[in-house]
Amino acid sequence: MPEVILTMKGIDKSFPGVHALDHVDFEVRKGEVHALMGENGAGKSTLMKVLTGIYTKDSGTITYEGREVTFANPREAQQAGIVIVHQELNMMGHLTVAQNIFIGREPKKGIRIDDNAMNVEATKLFKQLGIEIDPKTTMSELTVAKQQMCEIAKAISHDAKVIIFDEPTAALTDTEIEQLFVIIRDLRAKGYGIVYISHRMDEIKKITDRVSVMRDGQYIGTLITEDCTKEDIINMMVGRVIYEDPKTQSQCPPDAPVVLKVEHLNAGKMVQDVSFELKKGEILGFAGLVGAGRTETCRALFGADPKQGGDIYIEGKKVEIHSPKDAVEHGLSYLSEDRKRYGIVLKKSITENSTLATLKEYTKGLFIDRPKEEKVTQRYVDELRTKTPGIDQLVMNLSGGNQQKVVIAKWLVNDAKIMIFDEPTRGIDVGAKQEIYELMGRLVKEGKSIIMISSEMTEILRMSDRILVMCEGKKTGELDIAEATQENIMNLATRDIDMREGDK
Amino acid sequence: MEKQKKSLASNPIVRAIGVQRLVILIVLVVLYLFFYWRSVPFRRYTTLVQICNFMYYILLMAIGVTFPLITGGNDLSMGTGLICYSVIGSYLIRMYNMPVWAALICTIAMGVLMGTINGVIIAKIEIPPFIMTLSTMMFCRGMGAVLTNNFSGTWPDGSQAGAWFRSIFRIVTPNKTIIPLGMLWMILLVIIMTFILNHTRVGRYIIAIGSNKEALKLSGVNVFKWHVFAYMICGFFTGLAAIAYAGTFSNITPGTGAGFELDAIGSAIIGGTAMTGGSGSVVGTFLGCLLISLLKTGLPFIGLQANWQQIITGGILLAAVTIDMMRNRKRP
Ligand SMILES: Nc1ncnc2c1ncn2[C@@H]1O[C@H](COP(=O)(O)OP(=O)(O)OP(=O)(O)O)[C@@H](O)[C@H]1O
Ligand SMILES: [Mg+2]
Repeated sequence: MPEVILTMKGIDKSFPGVHALDHVDFEVRKGEVHALMGENGAGKSTLMKVLTGIYTKDSGTITYEGREVTFANPREAQQAGIVIVHQELNMMGHLTVAQNIFIGREPKKGIRIDDNAMNVEATKLFKQLGIEIDPKTTMSELTVAKQQMCEIAKAISHDAKVIIFDEPTAALTDTEIEQLFVIIRDLRAKGYGIVYISHRMDEIKKITDRVSVMRDGQYIGTLITEDCTKEDIINMMVGRVIYEDPKTQSQCPPDAPVVLKVEHLNAGKMVQDVSFELKKGEILGFAGLVGAGRTETCRALFGADPKQGGDIYIEGKKVEIHSPKDAVEHGLSYLSEDRKRYGIVLKKSITENSTLATLKEYTKGLFIDRPKEEKVTQRYVDELRTKTPGIDQLVMNLSGGNQQKVVIAKWLVNDAKIMIFDEPTRGIDVGAKQEIYELMGRLVKEGKSIIMISSEMTEILRMSDRILVMCEGKKTGELDIAEATQENIMNLATRDIDMREGDK
Repeated sequence: MEKQKKSLASNPIVRAIGVQRLVILIVLVVLYLFFYWRSVPFRRYTTLVQICNFMYYILLMAIGVTFPLITGGNDLSMGTGLICYSVIGSYLIRMYNMPVWAALICTIAMGVLMGTINGVIIAKIEIPPFIMTLSTMMFCRGMGAVLTNNFSGTWPDGSQAGAWFRSIFRIVTPNKTIIPLGMLWMILLVIIMTFILNHTRVGRYIIAIGSNKEALKLSGVNVFKWHVFAYMICGFFTGLAAIAYAGTFSNITPGTGAGFELDAIGSAIIGGTAMTGGSGSVVGTFLGCLLISLLKTGLPFIGLQANWQQIITGGILLAAVTIDMMRNRKRP
């Protein structure tokens, strides 16, 4: 049995109103990928932040390479060889990719930073990892997925012994995930200890050796991945069994009226001549690789980005949507994929965030109707099982997944007819995912219609009645759920790329 | 139309200078030619000397404040600070017979000290920079007068001993022509600070603080230190500005100076430094300051007085920021 490199024992940590870690034990061995699982707010990220010196622990011991250690800040952890890829992107958008990767340890020539050497190093690093990114690009110009790959590259470039991945794949596409797995396997072979946090069961089965489970800030137990089933893990996480079966047949009656018709929508390079219909009570899945133009299509439809052309009909009537305000007035809502940028005000409370889009309905004369606001917030906090000490908690202090739930609540509060969900369950644990799926099911039963963008194939196959596939800004096909399979969706999703590669 | 803009922006020369800076440069030349065309007295050599004289102290503050601005902060204490330091400096010379060189050092040291105080409190206690420096601005306004007992400052001039320091900025040749030597130092400082901003760790971390302070912290960088450093640079340059002011004007009234900093901040912003932090350019600041100074000196020549200068400068500031915002919005 490989040697243990890191042991955490009896780690305890409280925030005001939250006992985030309750005497948690955890260990990592050399050359293993150790999954850390648990529902949103279970304390996974907090445990890792205690380890890497971002938070100070209230009690407990950390033993690393045989010595008891306490890191006062991230730098000390890094120097000792423990690095972390955070759940949230942590990049400096104004700097270049290479500058981001080497921040804090720039190669120098005299007093001058040697940017050339840095670019060369970064190019080497990317090559070795099989990633194609120009190190001279400004960080903010990359897609979220590429930014995430840069963060991963940054972590690996440290001379580390333990690498922690906190939900690294939330923003990645399948091909990039495969790439990441190749990298991780390689690291494992080299004897690194790896901690892997994710809510995606299939990844856990694929890449990890052991699984430790946390629930409500407590350590529940550790399983050997090979010897356990998905259900075992979920059972430990939530204390009940959850099944995930794909849909086999459309639940939407064939004669349902069309509520939304989009014709020849054009908006820049990412949206080229997209047309589709959405029926009442239907869930229309938007499948495709990240960067296929699905988000752009919906943003253009919603009036968040300018469009160059295209007609939109709602319930048969042609409408003009030039801004999100117009869209909301016509009964549309849009749940953004990038919660930090578009969906949420981090320094405000859950209540304030929940009613932000619909504040007009919560005002009495000049004043905000607090009781009404609180009631509706509480309802969605309960319904989505948002883990928080109270509805006045700042969103900033919630765990990643629970922040996402607040965004969802914000749009549920807004009583729309047509809802666009862009990656609604990214970073959300299996239990809450289930809640959101059930909620979506309820919504369509009530006669609402949903467009769901998702990069998770299982989610597309499980929720959609019909699937629209896009590739590089164009619609490449439409499938009824009865005929859809992973393969034919993937084929459509990569069709244009194959053709273009042929051109070159 | 869209395409054309793109190709212009991707032209390597345009890229190196930066679109906004190029625009200011063009505006500068056009404006200069305009004044030249409309006013005969403007064409005199002394006009150029005058522009330089009135520009030094603003420019020095502007270069300094570029750094806090890039961190997403600000420094309002520069204007009254400048007056405060130079009044105290002259007081030391007059009352304590301090040699001029030592008084110069003291003046700069006071600037650095104030910058450090601003920086430490902003970085440690996280008081918003606007409020912190607003209070040190008021502090400086009163302090100069209190410490010197309302002493009206005069630095050595004419044939007095120690008047040599004025020739840092201008040399008078035997036939009475003035050479604005200060401009040479200004250009040198612009080059040095550009290098520091773009090619050293100090600059890199100051940009990173403005871009995403949390991320920088998580990357294991001692953010506090570099954050304070940005304000120390600003303080240092305010100290230099105090010297430039003392070298230009014969009489310094304690308690004045409020508002100087706004010209400096305006210069930096016209030059493309973002108030939201994360980007900025010392060369841009230089050009922005040239523009403001040209307006100040030039407008009276075509018969527009002080109030008009303010109105037009305000308009230009708004235009510059608008252009910058529009350009940034285009990006994904
Ligand atoms: N800075 C903070 N202040 C207050 N409470 C916090 C803070 N950070 C985390 N918490 C709370 O601690 C608990 C654990 O959060 P943590 O981020 O560790 O969850 P997680 O397991 O990573 O969840 P997720 O899967 O959603 O990322 C949550 O209830 C969260 O609200
Ligand atoms: Mg987390």
